[in-house]
Amino acid sequence: MIELKNVRAGYGTPDAFVAAVDDVSLTVHDNEILGIAGESGCGKSTLMRTLYGDFSGGLKMDGGKVTGRFTDPDNGRTTESDAANFQDLWWDVMSYVPQGSMSVLNPIMKVEKQIVDALPKREKKGSKAELRQRIVEFLAGFGLPETVLDSYPHQLSGGMRQRVLVAIAAFVRPRLILADEPTTALDVVVQKRILLMLVEIQRRLKNTLVLVSHDLGVHYQITDRIAIAYAGKIVEVGPTAEVFENPRHPYTEALIGALPRVGQKGERVGLEGRPPSLASPPDGCRFAARCPEAQAICRQKSPPLVDKAPNHASACHFR
Amino acid sequence: MTDQPVLEINSLRKLYRAGGMFSGKQIAAVDNVSLTLDPKPQVFSIVGESGSGKTTLARMILRLVEPTSGEIRLGGRPLTGKHRDRIDDFEFRRLVQPIFQNPFEAFSAYLPLDSYLINTARNLKVAEKTTDGADVVEDALRSVGLSFDRVRGKYIRQFSGGELQRISIARALIPNPRLIVADEPVSMVDASLRMNIVNLFKTIKEEKGVSFVYITHDLSTAYYLSDSVVIMNKGRIVDAGAPQDILANPREAYTRELMGAIPRLGERWAEIEQIKADARDRDAGGRDAEPLRARA
Repeated sequence: MIELKNVRAGYGTPDAFVAAVDDVSLTVHDNEILGIAGESGCGKSTLMRTLYGDFSGGLKMDGGKVTGRFTDPDNGRTTESDAANFQDLWWDVMSYVPQGSMSVLNPIMKVEKQIVDALPKREKKGSKAELRQRIVEFLAGFGLPETVLDSYPHQLSGGMRQRVLVAIAAFVRPRLILADEPTTALDVVVQKRILLMLVEIQRRLKNTLVLVSHDLGVHYQITDRIAIAYAGKIVEVGPTAEVFENPRHPYTEALIGALPRVGQKGERVGLEGRPPSLASPPDGCRFAARCPEAQAICRQKSPPLVDKAPNHASACHFR
Repeated sequence: MTDQPVLEINSLRKLYRAGGMFSGKQIAAVDNVSLTLDPKPQVFSIVGESGSGKTTLARMILRLVEPTSGEIRLGGRPLTGKHRDRIDDFEFRRLVQPIFQNPFEAFSAYLPLDSYLINTARNLKVAEKTTDGADVVEDALRSVGLSFDRVRGKYIRQFSGGELQRISIARALIPNPRLIVADEPVSMVDASLRMNIVNLFKTIKEEKGVSFVYITHDLSTAYYLSDSVVIMNKGRIVDAGAPQDILANPREAYTRELMGAIPRLGERWAEIEQIKADARDRDAGGRDAEPLRARA
């Protein structure tokens, strides 16, 4: 569906170009939930924005290619495009679930108007009343009452607002939904409800959901494939169950090992140190300075991301 | 004083008014909460979702919010009310120290951290002169795995969130308090670094004999770290006990719901498996997807 080839993207600063996504190649398939995991500052949000073709706020692509091929299931028509033109497909072929519902919804506008404003022209052909009826039915499917439409954002709970954002993104039946930390800052009970909603939508529409989250537990629960990002690189990508069972990168292993589990009291240790600066990344493997298995070669040669098992790739010299 | 409970809370309530001046009603953010931390150093976790009242409770313990009724005692002495032996503000700050969620908001952005920490030591009268202050600060920083040189002349923006949270723990340790109240101290710290901070609490408890009130919505770190847990819902304590008793095999309905909603490794949610299995069935049967309609 979307193919990234050797993509370098980032932000220009007075001193240099800071590549938050550096030489990344990744394929996003049809009909899957792809998770992108990593710590803050590893470039996962930049990767997400590149996938979405959102080059605002100083984000630039400095190399590589992002191509998209979207097939409409109703008539089999295929749309081809590249990242620079994805903007024409927004809220139509692709949509986006932002993080932080309070700062996304306009506080002085009722929810109905905000939903309608976001819709493409083809959805607005009929009468206003008819469109409202369709939105009401759609929201009801997610347990949201009609009164939501006549509310201002502050009158809704955080969980309800976030469900409204998911519903807006899904209403246009897009081929690709991107969700950037859609459940951060929500309680676990509400989070679970939203995650169920996202999975249900993806499986019904048979489209693609790309989910960015720093929470490995969330990835474990809902994604089909997972990509682990570290300091601007993808260090591992593969089927979720397999990556958790048999991680092929020391960073992935450390992340999984650092998670405390209810029912296990054994000592858990976090990683020492912190990720390298993206402004001046080190030579060789970017994880080498924190890696317990690092050898001389790791500090000299950057390991390529290659398949170590069917569909399961990692960027490590030794695994 | 040592055989008295570190912290004792009796029938504590905090009411807030909501709505208009005449039509408004009172909402109990914290409703009749009682709990006791015995003198043995321990980590006491207060777990709940947003709106459960856990932060209001923490703020009352920290004296940032005045309770509507009930009492709080530290080492047997009252913290609230007009008693003669009530703990005064200065004494309180030496006994109880806070750690907040966002370390970037816990320090001034305009002061290098070393002077900030030394000022803290001097204000709390742990040190007289700047040179003594540096020693005290060095000690505190060493117990969180940092050194004075690491902070000398540096401003907050020169640290990562994880490091800064360690420094705010060091700051809390300066007066050698009996109790540290930590409100969501790791929720803004990256997952890979989170355990380092959590492990620090354990070490500090064991080596310095400090007790912790750990406020969190994260049941897995609460399980890992605590000696005792209470679960709050709508201002009340709904479940209490040792973590292995109430979390590993939850009996209380609300605790079970919370536990069932944690995205855990090694245990997949049945609901997600069901959605995915239904989709596979539809594909296998060659049926088209029904119109988009999630289960209620």
